[in-house]
Amino acid sequence: MSTTAKERTDVERDRSARISERKRGWGEFLLDQRAFVALIVLVIVFSLLSDNFLDPSNLVTMTRHVAYNAILALGMLLVITTAGIDLSIGSTVGLSGVVAGLLLQGWELSLFDTTAYPAVWVVVVISLAIGAAVGALNGILITRFNVAPFIATLGTMYIARGAALLISDGATFPRLQGDPALGNTGFDFFGTGRPLGIPTAIWIMVVFAILIGLLMTRTRFGRWVYATGGNERAADLAGVPVRVVKMRVYMISGVCAAMAGLIIASELTSAAPQTGNTFELNAIAAVVIGGASLAGGRGTVKGALIGAFVIGFLSDGLVMVGVSSFWQMVIKGLVIVLAVMLDRGQERLKEARAAAAAAQSLRKDLAAATPPSTSHHER
Amino acid sequence: MSDVVMRAQSVSKVYGGTHALRGVDFEVRAGRVVALLGENGAGKSTLMKILAGVEQPTTGRLELDGEPVRFESPSDAVGRGVAIIHQELNLCPNLSVADNIFMGRERGRAGFVDYAEQRELARALFERLEEPIDPRRPVGELRLGQQQLVEIARALSEDARVLVMDEPTSALSAAEVQVLFRVIRDLTAHGVAIVYISHHLDECLEIADDAVVLRDGAVVAQAPMRDVDLSWIVEHMVGRDQSDLYAPMAFAPGEPLLELRDVVVADPENAGRLAVRGVTLTVHEGEVVGLYGLMGAGRTELLEALAGRNEVVSGEIRLAGTPLTGLSIAERIRRGLALVPEDRQRDGLVQALSVGRNLSLAALGGFLKGLVLNKRSESAAVDRMMSAVRVKAAGPDAEIGSLSGGNQQKVVVGKVLMTAPRVIVLDEPTRGIDVGAKADIFALMAGQAKEGRGVLFATSEVEEVLHAADRIVVLSRGRVAGEFDPRTTTREDVMAASGESLDDPTTNGGRR
Repeated sequence: MSTTAKERTDVERDRSARISERKRGWGEFLLDQRAFVALIVLVIVFSLLSDNFLDPSNLVTMTRHVAYNAILALGMLLVITTAGIDLSIGSTVGLSGVVAGLLLQGWELSLFDTTAYPAVWVVVVISLAIGAAVGALNGILITRFNVAPFIATLGTMYIARGAALLISDGATFPRLQGDPALGNTGFDFFGTGRPLGIPTAIWIMVVFAILIGLLMTRTRFGRWVYATGGNERAADLAGVPVRVVKMRVYMISGVCAAMAGLIIASELTSAAPQTGNTFELNAIAAVVIGGASLAGGRGTVKGALIGAFVIGFLSDGLVMVGVSSFWQMVIKGLVIVLAVMLDRGQERLKEARAAAAAAQSLRKDLAAATPPSTSHHER
Repeated sequence: MSDVVMRAQSVSKVYGGTHALRGVDFEVRAGRVVALLGENGAGKSTLMKILAGVEQPTTGRLELDGEPVRFESPSDAVGRGVAIIHQELNLCPNLSVADNIFMGRERGRAGFVDYAEQRELARALFERLEEPIDPRRPVGELRLGQQQLVEIARALSEDARVLVMDEPTSALSAAEVQVLFRVIRDLTAHGVAIVYISHHLDECLEIADDAVVLRDGAVVAQAPMRDVDLSWIVEHMVGRDQSDLYAPMAFAPGEPLLELRDVVVADPENAGRLAVRGVTLTVHEGEVVGLYGLMGAGRTELLEALAGRNEVVSGEIRLAGTPLTGLSIAERIRRGLALVPEDRQRDGLVQALSVGRNLSLAALGGFLKGLVLNKRSESAAVDRMMSAVRVKAAGPDAEIGSLSGGNQQKVVVGKVLMTAPRVIVLDEPTRGIDVGAKADIFALMAGQAKEGRGVLFATSEVEEVLHAADRIVVLSRGRVAGEFDPRTTTREDVMAASGESLDDPTTNGGRR
């Protein structure tokens, strides 16, 4: 057999394999796009059950609710793609809100016997930096001290929540609109502003999604994130700075959480230390529904966004239809479990199909090949 | 000679308490292929890892172009022109072929990756390797041989002056090996120095210019390849006569106990590939069968399928006449088939439990009194087993971690024996244990056979099958490549059967 002929048959085989993949039919396609299908189904069901579900104003409201969960999910996506987990983001939401509240209410500098009222942009930068710092703490624990991500971020979850309660003494910072006399107005922009008629929170979600999407798909860093989660040892041997990658994803996750905290505090124009409790679980659910693997290496921004929309629309839709909040929890739980079951099912389907194909080709080869030399067996 | 590119000078490496390398001097010359030869555990891979910056030498030093160097990491070594093709595949199955080739060295600017350029470069590399793999395909979808070509392509893309190849052909077909050899000759013609390791000695004879033989971590012989032959290599590899290590044989086979017919097993690591491709063999009462094969021959996959851990795609396994198909691991143990797994740390022992608790773990059902464990009968049985397998431990309450590798392995074997098996299956039972414990393990196996049980053990060391087995079955690429009587065969015969002979038509066709 000449080499070129072999090449040609191989190329043809590759091509036909890809075509047959395309031909696998609608069932497979729907399974593949299951998060999107679930979202469509939710929209159809709720629009039938509730007259104003499809009202543009309702859709905007629901999307605004989705926005901060989506931002959290985007940070979580990066972490989960490296095969990590970040349980601290809910607490970081609370901490960043409280820090913003403290600064807007006036920061007493006893050393100078004065109270500082920083401008809103300074408040935002400091709050986001606090989020990055929590992420950095996670990163240090995980990369320098080899603490398992689950445990490290469980610890920082308590630490950040405790810090938020300490700063606020357990109380809520009210009236964060600021005072024109002090030059610190404008914080409510994140929660109530509507540039071009669309709430600021949605704009922020879109910007974060585009930035993280570009990061994941276009940059070297994005490749490193997938490589670290896909096979950490291989990435390390190939010169990928695995520790730096992990450090950064936790910091980005922390910044996303702090941003979500600012949005919530701004919407309420008040900051409570308990804000964000269990938000990390919603984010994990969104990422998993979006097709990411908790084992790492697999996950997309599109998927995480759709996952956040599924969870958000499901919650709001159930409220609109009047399902009791107890049943809401049960239904949400079932959706999450179903998503993971479908994911496993799809994986197993792929594996079974591949094994069957290999066995098939082996039988063909055995039938075609001349019988192997039996000289050794004659004994 | 003055064309020495790289030199290792009295390099030693100590892992824990064992000397992997003892004062090795090793030279790599421009434009030449040097084959590094030795049995498993001789220190080949350790030396390679040191050359490529994966490991640091404990003592001794490396020189590059006559200057002392210290590689902080593999990428540091690559930066100075020393690249390695690892024995294990180090690929990210979730990433594309091109992404894997340029992993850690992505093309592009300002942090953004130029995917089009990477694809083009990858395509050119595969043209050179005469294998048109689509650079966009996820590596996880490729068959094993193609994955190995991706590793090779990656090393080629690094434009190294010294290229270390650790078992680069373990998953390649004969035709692919010939392509690789053409690439190697092309590289050496351009002055690249190659360090080549392979279990396939015929490959080394064909491609290498120089031979260096390692044994027990030291260089025992070196010569230009044209001056040596297969028997010279094997003689120096094996060295001293090891026959006193093994128990005398007592072969009086009885009825067939374990029968395999056309067993096909899928590769659990790579969906869509088969690890075992139709194996037929029988283990009789009172018989020790040695299963010999190279890495990737399918030994572990076959044994794990026997134990019920891997799924059997087709074919039949019978234990004393009864088919085992569809039975769980626990049911197989109850019927008398138990496995001593290859990786005792991962699969064989529970580190958190004591020696005694580990021993009784698989046989707890026997000590149940109603719903409660009868501690007294458990500890009596544990004491009996500890002396039967000669575990050297402070007592049944000793921590597993406090035992040496050999004694840990005896605990695993004892655990299996406590289930009162009829057939004992052992996967690499002597891996990483000292000589004395090896002798004990083989004596145990022979003793079990004498009592009428069947023993099937897998190994990648020829000496072990030659001396500890009553019958040798050689596996190659998932098939039985030959059966031998250890009293009448030579190690060359066994090794030859395990390697892929270049003119065998079935190996080629079967892999496509």
